[in-house]
Amino acid sequence: MPPVVLTGEHYMTGDEAIAEGAIAAGCRFFGGYPITPATEVAERMAHRLPGVGGVFIQMEDEIAAMASIIGASCAGVKAMTSTSGPGFSLMMENLGLAAITETPCVVVNVQRAGPSTGLPTQGAQGDMMQARWGSHGDYSLIALAPSTAQEAFHETIRAFNLAEKYRVPVLVMTDEVVGHMSERVVIPEASKLNVIERVKARGRKDRYRPFEPGENGVPPMAAAGEGYCVHVTGLTHDERGYPVMTAECQESMQTRLFAKIERNLDDIALTRGFFLDDAEIVLVSYGVSVRTCRAAMEEARALGYKVGLLQLLTVWPFPEEAVRALAGRVKAFITVEINLGQISLEVERLAAGLAPCFLAGHCGGTLISPDAVVEAVKRALKPGGKQ
Amino acid sequence: MAQTAKKQDQTTGGFEHHPLDDLLRTDRIPHIWCPGCGIGPTFSATLRGILASGVDLGSTVMVSGIGCSGRAAGYVKLDSYHTTHGRAIPFATGMKLANPKLNVVVFSGDGDLFAIGGNHFIHAARRNMDLTVICVNNLNYGMTGGQAAATTPHMAKTTTTPKGNPERPFNLPLLAFAAGATFVARWTVLHGRDLMESVQAAMTRRGFSFIEVLAPCPINYGRRNKELPLVTLRNYQVNTIIKNEASPAELAASGSGPIVLGRFVDENRESFLSQYDKTYRPQLAPAGKE
Ligand code: SF4
Repeated sequence: MPPVVLTGEHYMTGDEAIAEGAIAAGCRFFGGYPITPATEVAERMAHRLPGVGGVFIQMEDEIAAMASIIGASCAGVKAMTSTSGPGFSLMMENLGLAAITETPCVVVNVQRAGPSTGLPTQGAQGDMMQARWGSHGDYSLIALAPSTAQEAFHETIRAFNLAEKYRVPVLVMTDEVVGHMSERVVIPEASKLNVIERVKARGRKDRYRPFEPGENGVPPMAAAGEGYCVHVTGLTHDERGYPVMTAECQESMQTRLFAKIERNLDDIALTRGFFLDDAEIVLVSYGVSVRTCRAAMEEARALGYKVGLLQLLTVWPFPEEAVRALAGRVKAFITVEINLGQISLEVERLAAGLAPCFLAGHCGGTLISPDAVVEAVKRALKPGGKQ
Repeated sequence: MAQTAKKQDQTTGGFEHHPLDDLLRTDRIPHIWCPGCGIGPTFSATLRGILASGVDLGSTVMVSGIGCSGRAAGYVKLDSYHTTHGRAIPFATGMKLANPKLNVVVFSGDGDLFAIGGNHFIHAARRNMDLTVICVNNLNYGMTGGQAAATTPHMAKTTTTPKGNPERPFNLPLLAFAAGATFVARWTVLHGRDLMESVQAAMTRRGFSFIEVLAPCPINYGRRNKELPLVTLRNYQVNTIIKNEASPAELAASGSGPIVLGRFVDENRESFLSQYDKTYRPQLAPAGKE
């Protein structure tokens, strides 16, 4: 039997690192559907899960895959699925079910260029707004964006931890390049990994209210078969889980769904800064484009430009404070992302009136070159530089 | 929209304790189902079947989709999950696989299970997934006011087929059988005891069990097709024939001749879970035993 946590040094793809991160985090159910460039996550899970006592099932489509992981999680097991653009679109309805029923689960989107079938084998970062707003109605969720295979491993563990802690669907928004690139991944010993479990229902079974908020605004969760006789519905519901068709109930339920995320931004919204102390120009980026930025930053610094980088490991909820804190003292922000402007809109919103904002982006299919970012730096520093 | 039943005297009404009270969320009664609706009798026969089967109620789960029948999950006093439209089966699949000790019952309507959810149904049947699926077939979409479904008889009137349904309906037992279901039965709400016994049998076997229940929707279907509630019930009595083990091909529910009822398929084939465990998890003691 292979060990649960593959402690040691490996040479693996981002997709494989995501699967290993999931297993290390305690994921024991995977409902999947093949799609380029995410298939390797499913393949690795199919291979690995039964050996650690878990189940893999290939469902009939991504709608079913998403439904199956919510069902599995409601049965008390950490669950994940992975997909790319077209499948991600199909998962949107049930993503909302996970949000309203506060069911912990992890959805991996290895992004490719779209819309529609687009460029199945070539990367992009065009699903970032869909990640935030893709399901109908108003809700909150968490999305992370690893930029290396190593980060893919750790961020997948963090995705499970946040999902369990806040009873919320968490998205791992990576991309084809990170997903398919093989690189060094160091997996620590199991005892060195921080793995969080959901707060379980406790106490008298007849007094348990499935949606009564506990610590942090998050209700302790009872799984099916634990004797709590829960009712869970996608309808607007009260603390008993019973449908209540009133605007008041809608407000109290929905407000809490937002609040449990927003009140805990310090814990959720992770960023990493590079050379921010003296930076005049700050690159804001996430996922594979962070790699572009790191190369561009070196190039620009060699040319004498004071460039720093703000890496968003958490993209949603947007790390507002990190941008706000810089906005008053930098000359400009340049958001670097493989799309025609999505996260850049958030940066603009937060820097409004404080610092000019630029976008170094392009349509999907290739990475953004470091040169393009250096050019953007030069443009931004030109007096009257065009935004 | 289903009409809300008039609030009735919620005290005992002369009855001390109904035998199904323990399985009902009595604090959620009155239910939304219309007077004369066939969901109620199907629901109660299902609960009686579950009780009679002797399964551990603490590890029995009901999963529903959307529609009038989908509300059943909200009234049953079991762990119960009211999911998205058409997706009860894949949700239930995840649940069963995550915890094989659970007895998972899917209770939903024909629109939910066979139009929007048709793909999930056939694949769960093909896999012989360890689920009991009960379909209230009332030939139309009741919740949204009586539109045509994948089960609406040819030329029947609905709000979206005002001059008659140009399409042909599914033969549900044939579909289930062809897809791989290992237990297939069909009853009407008038055949409460047979229905209960089929539920009981389904609960205690492994693999994919499917029970179709013909049920009246007097408010939306009956009204538009000039079928008074009692006429529908009378049809269930005089225009049906019980033929256990009938060939599923003969089971079209809306041809000429009587509607065939019975237990058509009951065969032993390895279920998904036992096959998975044998192939992939030999290290586990046989899991998923009921
Ligand atoms: S199925 Fe028809 S009769 Fe039954 S509750 Fe719905 S609308 Fe009313």
